[in-house]
Amino acid sequence: MSSIQGRHILAVLVENKPGVLTRVAGMFARRGYNIHSLAVGPTEDPRVSRITIVAGTEAVRLEQIIKQLNKLIHVLKIVELAHGDSIERELQLVKVSATTQTRSQIIELADVFHAEIADVDHDAITIELASTPERLESLVDLLAPYGIRELVRTGTIALARGEKSITDGSKLRLRPVS
Amino acid sequence: MQVTGAQAVMKSLEQLGVTDVFGYPGGAILPAYDPLVDSPLNHVLVRHEQGAVHMAEGYAQATGKVGVCIVTSGPAATNIVTGLQDAHLDSIPVLAITGQVASGAIGSDAFQEADVTGITMPCTKHNELVREVARIPAAIKEAFHIASTGRPGPVLVDIPKDILNAVFEWRWPDTMDLPGYRPTVRGHGKMVKDALDLISQAERPVIYAGGGLVRAGAQEELFEFATMLELPVVTTLMARGVFPDRHELWVGMPGMHGHWAATKAFQESDLLITLAARFDDRVTGRLEDFAPKARIIHVDVDPAEIGKNREPDVPIVGDAKVVLGQLVEVARAKLAEVKPEISAWRATVAAWKAGHPLAWDQADEGVIKPQTAISAIAQTWGDEAVYVAGVGQHQMWSSQLIPFSRQRQWINSGGLGTMGFAVPAAMGAKVGVGRDVPVVCIDGDGCFQMTFQEIAAAVQHDIPVTFIVINNGYLGMVRQWQSLFYEGRLSQVTLPQDLPDLVKIADAYGIPGFRAMTIAELQPVLDKAHEITDRPVLIDVRVDPMENVFPMVPAGGSNDDVIESDAEWRERSAQ
Repeated sequence: MSSIQGRHILAVLVENKPGVLTRVAGMFARRGYNIHSLAVGPTEDPRVSRITIVAGTEAVRLEQIIKQLNKLIHVLKIVELAHGDSIERELQLVKVSATTQTRSQIIELADVFHAEIADVDHDAITIELASTPERLESLVDLLAPYGIRELVRTGTIALARGEKSITDGSKLRLRPVS
Repeated sequence: MQVTGAQAVMKSLEQLGVTDVFGYPGGAILPAYDPLVDSPLNHVLVRHEQGAVHMAEGYAQATGKVGVCIVTSGPAATNIVTGLQDAHLDSIPVLAITGQVASGAIGSDAFQEADVTGITMPCTKHNELVREVARIPAAIKEAFHIASTGRPGPVLVDIPKDILNAVFEWRWPDTMDLPGYRPTVRGHGKMVKDALDLISQAERPVIYAGGGLVRAGAQEELFEFATMLELPVVTTLMARGVFPDRHELWVGMPGMHGHWAATKAFQESDLLITLAARFDDRVTGRLEDFAPKARIIHVDVDPAEIGKNREPDVPIVGDAKVVLGQLVEVARAKLAEVKPEISAWRATVAAWKAGHPLAWDQADEGVIKPQTAISAIAQTWGDEAVYVAGVGQHQMWSSQLIPFSRQRQWINSGGLGTMGFAVPAAMGAKVGVGRDVPVVCIDGDGCFQMTFQEIAAAVQHDIPVTFIVINNGYLGMVRQWQSLFYEGRLSQVTLPQDLPDLVKIADAYGIPGFRAMTIAELQPVLDKAHEITDRPVLIDVRVDPMENVFPMVPAGGSNDDVIESDAEWRERSAQ
């Protein structure tokens, strides 16, 4: 469970049109809502993009955020993904200092997390891990003593567990592709 | 038929039934001004682009139709930003068409380039940069639809010059592709029943009527609902006129400068029937203290308004006109059950209203009190006129003192408080209502000097508005705050009453100009101006510079602390 207080994951389906990300991000900025992370990408339908937003807010504000998002003309659908009932993933690349003495320990640690060794050099190793935010943080904690040289992390993406899909095109009232 | 993008703009507007547009040509929009020569559209050439968008707003507010303005790129587009935000806050349907630099030049800091869709994103309901010529008809049709449905608002369509010049096969789309836009129109049946349940149990209910009722054109439905259930009605600044002031159920206007009885009725109420209003800070005062004993029914077409400032007990999302129709229909079927027994409450409210009229000291001779001037204006032009005001003291006195009788009779800048709104908005309103309905622009001397250059357009295009300046030689509302809250230290608020000489201004524009210096001169001047209906008129009414607007709830204060009069203020500050 990653139900960190006041963190809400919103899956926002939008029309794949220019400027739509600016509209969404701008709405958050102008109304003073806090974004922890934001990830945007295509879906199985080329007309639809999916923005995953982790918003930092209490529940009352969340309702207002969802309503304001819904007012954007290019927003098709918004679903809050409950922690626990959804699969959350982030991708992290971390470059750690490594000597001949520590290299094998670091690789062992990476194995425990089922992380990939993305790159090895004389005195550094880059580890790639796609997992929950909590596991990414644990790995970083354990790597910290070796010396973290650089770290990059994407925003959260998430899907609800089970068979249901929120991107059924017919329900989104999209026009058939001509 | 092959047409250019520019021709498609004109044809699209004609298809949508547009008859009047307000604009100003220039570089990037030049192609669109060529087919205008052959178009049946009536185009008003403004003197500053801000005038074009305010005229479109005034037109829209007076008619309920979409107001259209056309301007060029860069500085012209940035000049309409104020009006777009004004329309955004007051939910006014406006379509703005802007020229843009050629597609290939976008992003190169070209001459008269500005990121107009970027700049206007937060101050429009929607906007679009058109990227291909064949998209023009659909873009304009969709923009018009978005502007005028749901919660109305401004929509901007930005069209690069090369796209205006490009040629395509004309086709008017029969459908629209707006999968993410479907406003709720009908209220939820169960919520309608719940609302009537609350009303039936209420002991001190009040209708809180907001500006959305005017946008929805709901005055008949409101009248039927209120009179059938005999519920007291409070009309906000934006809703003035949607329920007739002369009706016995009308209580007044609430809020910072509202009528004492209306503010009091809210504070004592046990049920606010909120119709297309938004619990604005100028109405609520300190939010935690607003109507503390009241349960809330909230009807609004914009779901985001519900629960934004005050959590309702019964939320109803829907068009106010339709929802009121539903409420009336259900209530009529079981009137005995639904109608609350509140004759004692009505009597209490009526006694507050009778006991707390607006009052001011007008001497028989000499200086004119601004309230006297505005009352005399209302009496002279009467019920048939549309009244348009700017922002400040004159606006508050006008909203307090003119006895309104119908929706769209009162036009002002409520949400944004845009000084300079009145002159162009009144002209737009006049274009909308036509020859037979007088339009009276009541402006302050500060506001007037922001946009009076548009009088040239009023003369050139034969738009006979009566412009009346309530000239107190101050930025009156700011002066009032400095007098009351800054120990009378007046800072940068003096606008000498003779600067400029407004009668000479009238003369310069070739229109009749009058001045009233004293109470004896007031009515004769108004009568003379009233007789002139075929051309613009300008009246300079010199009023008492130090008069303050009361009642007043100090900013951030509780509505329970409303100060009713100058005398009460002096008494309180002496303590």
